[in-house]
Amino acid sequence: MKIAVCIKRTPDSESRFRIAASGATIDETGLKYDIDDFAGYAVEAALQINEKSGGGETVIFALGPDTVQESLRKAMSMGADRAVHLKADAVPADGIAIAKALAAELGGGGFDLILFGKHSFDSSSGIVGTATAELLGLPCVTSVSALHVAGGTGTARRELEGAAELVSFALPAVVTIDEGVARPRYPSLKGIMAAKKKPLVSRPAQLGPVRVTVQKMELPPERPAGRIIGEGVAAIPELVRLLQTEAKVL
Amino acid sequence: MANVLVFAETRNGELRKIALEAVTAARQLADASGGGEVHAIIAGAVGIGDKSSQLAAHGADVVLVAEGAEFTGYARESLGATIADRARSDGYRAVILGFSAQGRDLGPRIAARLDAPIASDITALAVDGGNVVVTHPGYANKVIMTLVLTGTPVVLSVRPGAFTAAGSQKAGRAESLPAVAATTATVTVTEVKEGAKGRPDLGDAPVIISGGRGLKAAENFKLVEDLADAFGNAAVGATRAVTDDGWRPHSDQIGQTGRLVSPQLYVAVGISGAIQHLAGMRTSRTIVAINKDKEAPIFKVADYGIVGDVLEVVPALTAAVREARKSGH
Ligand SMILES: Cc1cc2nc3c(=O)[nH]c(=O)nc-3n(C[C@H](O)[C@H](O)[C@H](O)COP(=O)(O)OP(=O)(O)OC[C@H]3O[C@@H](n4cnc5c(N)ncnc54)[C@H](O)[C@@H]3O)c2cc1C
Ligand SMILES: Nc1ncnc2c1ncn2[C@@H]1O[C@H](COP(=O)(O)O)[C@@H](O)[C@H]1O
Repeated sequence: MKIAVCIKRTPDSESRFRIAASGATIDETGLKYDIDDFAGYAVEAALQINEKSGGGETVIFALGPDTVQESLRKAMSMGADRAVHLKADAVPADGIAIAKALAAELGGGGFDLILFGKHSFDSSSGIVGTATAELLGLPCVTSVSALHVAGGTGTARRELEGAAELVSFALPAVVTIDEGVARPRYPSLKGIMAAKKKPLVSRPAQLGPVRVTVQKMELPPERPAGRIIGEGVAAIPELVRLLQTEAKVL
Repeated sequence: MANVLVFAETRNGELRKIALEAVTAARQLADASGGGEVHAIIAGAVGIGDKSSQLAAHGADVVLVAEGAEFTGYARESLGATIADRARSDGYRAVILGFSAQGRDLGPRIAARLDAPIASDITALAVDGGNVVVTHPGYANKVIMTLVLTGTPVVLSVRPGAFTAAGSQKAGRAESLPAVAATTATVTVTEVKEGAKGRPDLGDAPVIISGGRGLKAAENFKLVEDLADAFGNAAVGATRAVTDDGWRPHSDQIGQTGRLVSPQLYVAVGISGAIQHLAGMRTSRTIVAINKDKEAPIFKVADYGIVGDVLEVVPALTAAVREARKSGH
């Protein structure tokens, strides 16, 4: 199958974030970047589908500055066949603008399946995949935790609040990947060597007007320091008292 | 002055809490835009229109009812088309939904159809110099962003619990809304697997009891269930270590890659407090932690920590909570 995977490059979620002097971006000094978690699951899902069917092509797309090429290489070192870099000075906060640029690129590509992450760590929005599907007029299945494709049809499990939905859909289709589908593999040394020779093309992103901008970024208020009220069963009367009188939840 | 359109989400024929919260957010935006009307769309099987008065009581001036067999389940494409069509035809300032599974699925579809800017998971909104300005926690709740959306209409999805549903004196009127047939190829729902019966959803529950690997075995989750029962209105959550091991379904997972929750009370049972777990629950109002390791990071955020073995402490706590609730009522 011909599968496209759209990936974002985001900072390591374990980082301690600081706000840059501008007040509208994070301070990037010292941060480690990698393929965003959900997008990483999507890359792995694509590779497994094509490995199982023993053929096909996996193509990775990323919109952003030149640094995203590092993430595209990483996806190729995991096993993807080629990559497309849509060059932009920065990744805008406007999910529809990103979706338009990706749709313009993916439209004529003849893909059977287009995979996205459920949402990206930094924007935490979950917009780009679904919007791209709508712009392309393709069926879209979101928050998928299990995915199977065979003979032009896909079946998937979607996570809802306190429930799950099993769906089937015709290909071509867009799927946004939740956890559960596949844990991304680590690139092998052989994979890393091979990725250096795989094709990576770079062209300007057709971004259009950006209508969502970040005015300000702030760190959330710190929680007051935690406190240990006691040990073992003996601490329970005090806990119950605090829940009744201080927290007022009992 | 400009009107605001809201999608009032239902499940199994009932309005969800998030529907009333979305109406409340829409009321705020309409008032901030010089006092427009709030129009709420409700869709479902024939008879769903009976819920209109509840929406009116929370600030909807007009309830648009899309009734019919085609809306019995979650009709993603038809709903997207129906809402977008209405939004286009009537010059709305904004379309507001909940940031729920349905709202996440619908919002970007509607924004793409309308070619409108969209912001997800917002916790506050305002109008400034003609633009809609929203607050949205990004980086898995680690950075609070203020976003400016230029243009009309805009699409917004509101974080569950961020806009407290408020009453209104206005008496709304109901109108029927013709459904728009889906134009895009459809996705067929073959089965819905309902989660645990009789418990509120993690997003709605005032109390969450959450278990980690410290419980040692899947069957010990019974202790967590029992404590949830003792509170009466609690939901049950889990860490990724637990959902990975298949002790609990993935849909119970709380954290950066699971659900983001903010209950009145969060009880962490045998949970270490990894940063990815904290990302999903650190905005809870009160946090209780029970862990045998006094150095566990969960104690850094716990308002009340107990160092001890969950297999002993939790059953005793369950008994104490039952007792407290009996004498308190
Ligand atoms: C990209 C990424 C995303 C992730 N997303 C999530 C997420 O969304 N949600 C999430 O939860 N995790 C997530 N994780 C995993 C996270 O890093 C931790 O591994 C996980 O939260 C640990 O779960 P745990 O606390 O149940 O287990 P452990 O870390 O093993 O902790 C068990 C705790 O139980 C205590 N304990 C043991 N026995 C007892 C006893 N008898 N009585 C009392 N206490 C006891 C121990 O002291 C320990 O603190 C993610 C990780 C990565 C890398
Ligand atoms: N700049 C980008 N380039 C390529 N794909 C992206 C980009 N931004 C977002 N995506 C994809 O869209 C998904 C959802 O992102 P978001 O809408 O930002 O939450 C991500 O998991 C990626 O798969």
